[in-house]
Amino acid sequence: MSLERTTETTRPPRRLSPEQRERFEALVLPHLDAAYNLARYLLRDPHEAEDAVQNAFLRAMSYFEGLRGMDGRAWLLSIVRNTCYTQFRRRRSGGEKVEFDEEIHSQDTEVSEPEADLDRSMAGSSVREGLGRLTIEFREVLVLRELEGLSYKEIAHVIGAPIGTVMSRLARARQQLLLALGTGAKEGV
Amino acid sequence: MVCAEALDRLSAFVDDELDPVASSEVSRHVESCASCAAALASQRQLGDSLRRELDYHRTPDLLRTRLMRELRGPERREAAPARRAVPAWRWLSAAAALVVVAGGAWVFATLPRGGEDAIAREVVSGHIRSLMANHLADVASTDQHTVKPWFSGKLDFSPPVTDFAAAEYPLVGGRLDYLQGQPVAALVYMHRKHVINVFVWPLAGARDMLVPAVTERGYHLIHATHSGMTYWVVSDLNAQELTTFALMLAPTVGRM
Repeated sequence: MSLERTTETTRPPRRLSPEQRERFEALVLPHLDAAYNLARYLLRDPHEAEDAVQNAFLRAMSYFEGLRGMDGRAWLLSIVRNTCYTQFRRRRSGGEKVEFDEEIHSQDTEVSEPEADLDRSMAGSSVREGLGRLTIEFREVLVLRELEGLSYKEIAHVIGAPIGTVMSRLARARQQLLLALGTGAKEGV
Repeated sequence: MVCAEALDRLSAFVDDELDPVASSEVSRHVESCASCAAALASQRQLGDSLRRELDYHRTPDLLRTRLMRELRGPERREAAPARRAVPAWRWLSAAAALVVVAGGAWVFATLPRGGEDAIAREVVSGHIRSLMANHLADVASTDQHTVKPWFSGKLDFSPPVTDFAAAEYPLVGGRLDYLQGQPVAALVYMHRKHVINVFVWPLAGARDMLVPAVTERGYHLIHATHSGMTYWVVSDLNAQELTTFALMLAPTVGRM
């Protein structure tokens, strides 16, 4: 973990008082696995995910007062999510290989008929691979919904978007995944 | 409701996120429309298979340890010297109490030094962490033949793994943990509703010994060495039952 990376927090990590630490341990810490899992699916690299979670954790400590009255899980996940996006954009602008989100907009608009445009190369592949080929925005809502079981309202909070957007994005993500898995995968799905 | 509208809403319908009116409209539609009913079935199947097939990535132990250090911060380091003076009588009195209880069936090795007190605190923290963060086991199995091989390749030693289910101390799993700056094996046992963590690592040339239970932050701790392995046993179980358990792990105790 390089120092350079941890200094990304806008405030230096503040030492929590014993009472705050106790609250942090009760409200935020239990969601560490959820945080790491989300980072793994967003960044798709264990080391990148560790960096993101570490940065997010330090930010969460710094801004802990901001939690007041909110759900610790959605709060931590929104910080992790933002940290991942920052890292993701930097990776892209740093000239590293551009992967999934180039085609966000084209994919967003083109999906309409599941049977029509079956991607043969994906036929028979697992949902895991299918998910890996979705854009970061689509992976994110699917992971939050299917693996974390968050409600649309909670997802909206995490991704900072209206509930209607969550609803349509999830629908499109699923449609794309079904499309990618193809008709041949119906038994396997 | 026409098919296009129903199809649009299937995803939210499956998630139970439609308002009641829309939800009942979709229900009615799929009852009478075979193709939308099929689309609904594949939406459901997709959800099932995502939940079944996707890995849930748990926080690596090293990262968790690092973050806990960030959280607990320098307080631990400051606290250490101040607390060093306390343990001698505490260990002694606990030891004395146990001699009475157990009738002096064994003799203890040397009393712990300050370093052991520091380990004891780390062991208790490790125990609390495993309970609090819901990260008890990386390999959840009651089968010692599953748990033991799981450690190979992850540690440069092979911890002894025995299931004591017959004595009502069943093995429930194992995980990697990090103590004293080194990866160690953590074995998880249950007794009644109590979780017992056993931290194990090799200690070359150490004599077999068992230091009876002491209390640290409300948990009982036993330190034993047996056949070149050192064991730290920690639980909220009472000292007597924990001692019974520790004696099964490290049975040949008895020489000074």
